[in-house]
Amino acid sequence: MNVLENEIDKINEAVLEMMHLVGQQLEKSKRALLGPDTELAEEIIFTEKRINALELTIDRYCENAIALYSPVATDLRFLISMLKVNSDLERIGDYAEGIASYVTEMEEDLNQDMLAAIKINEMFDLAMEMMVAMEKGAREENTGLLRKLFKMDSSLNKINKKKSKVISEYIKKDPNLIIQGFYLHSTIKKLERVGDHIKNVAEDYIFYLDAEIFKHKKKKK
Amino acid sequence: MELESKHIKIKTKDINVYYDTVKVLNNINMEIEPNTVTALIGPSGCGKSTFLRLINRMNDYIEGFRKEGDVLLDDKDIYSKNTQVELLRKEVGMVFQKPNPFPKSIFENVVYGLRIQGVKDKQKLNEAAEQALVQAAIWDEVKDNLKKSALALSGGQQQRLCIARTLAVEPSVILMDEPASALDPISTAKIEELIHELKKDYTIMIVTHNMHQAGRVSDKTGFFYMGDLVEFGDTKEMFMSPRKQETENYISGRFG
Repeated sequence: MNVLENEIDKINEAVLEMMHLVGQQLEKSKRALLGPDTELAEEIIFTEKRINALELTIDRYCENAIALYSPVATDLRFLISMLKVNSDLERIGDYAEGIASYVTEMEEDLNQDMLAAIKINEMFDLAMEMMVAMEKGAREENTGLLRKLFKMDSSLNKINKKKSKVISEYIKKDPNLIIQGFYLHSTIKKLERVGDHIKNVAEDYIFYLDAEIFKHKKKKK
Repeated sequence: MELESKHIKIKTKDINVYYDTVKVLNNINMEIEPNTVTALIGPSGCGKSTFLRLINRMNDYIEGFRKEGDVLLDDKDIYSKNTQVELLRKEVGMVFQKPNPFPKSIFENVVYGLRIQGVKDKQKLNEAAEQALVQAAIWDEVKDNLKKSALALSGGQQQRLCIARTLAVEPSVILMDEPASALDPISTAKIEELIHELKKDYTIMIVTHNMHQAGRVSDKTGFFYMGDLVEFGDTKEMFMSPRKQETENYISGRFG
């Protein structure tokens, strides 16, 4: 194994660790919100610092590998992709932290009817399912599995589209729900963005593994 | 509307080359467009330099050299009986690995080819020398010392002088056999910059062992291995996503 291969192995391990950590954060953010569990939310906020540090480490590893070893072909595609994957994962971590911050600021119990109506559980579960599939696809370098994420993302988008209407109806009925309505609206938006970032990660892995570019490709009608 | 057919500057058709009984190039087909830089890469002994030297018939002097197939320059077979090799070499200039100026003045080095062609007009020689030295990006460094010995120049300057000497006879193709491998990084960068400039007026083929140099200077790259042209295509594509595993292994240093 040459020096660059060692570096690439090291980066791969770090990215997979980041992916796992971010997945845990997202899963905990669901429990913290629906619990609600303020202690768990505090834990998420604390762990976010570790994710930020890991992001900087991965960036540095990639930059050094590009500067020192002038990679080409698969090695170059790997490093370009991991720089982008790293940034997407960090954003997912930010969203989990954002949800946790809301839990620490919550002054009243969430309206269970509204929670059910906006399908927040389903939204979290779908996002988590995508996280798990993304990690498996990345670990096994399985582009078939990664391609399935595109379809899953569109399910998240569907729920997201209905959120404003559903939440506004609850607020009309009971204006006291306005604060939590805003928070839940923002939570759903965050989960929808999680789906987008996971999709980006899948695209970057497919570029690395198959040298195929997916970004901004229009759907065939 | 009839589409204009693409002009091909150099074309090789089913080229096989033998040194005595040893086959060193195996069925090479390549088409090179004008005003492009083509890099030939591959491990030592893969046949890339033999292929380069086919284009100006430099292999003719090697004992046991034999070739099958055709090499066409502007659609004309350069190995036909009618070809005057001296005229071919005027058309297809060559720059070698080590700078090889003659032990003469800078000026005499540049006009050497023209003098051999019988040009005596002093003004014409002066103009040709200046033009070639300007094109080779060395004019500003030597214009006040044209009578100075070429051997007093640095390695990088000597190589650019040799390029000027090649340009003075107005070729249309320049072959370069590892032109920067004996130079420091600054001189190498100057040669690479020069190659970019020269592309506007010439068709360039360059043999290099430096993968990154191939990436930096060329439009197309051909990867040779054991006499085969394994892959030939756009340099950008080859360095980002080569089609063949052997190419990937070679350019990323995982060969063998």
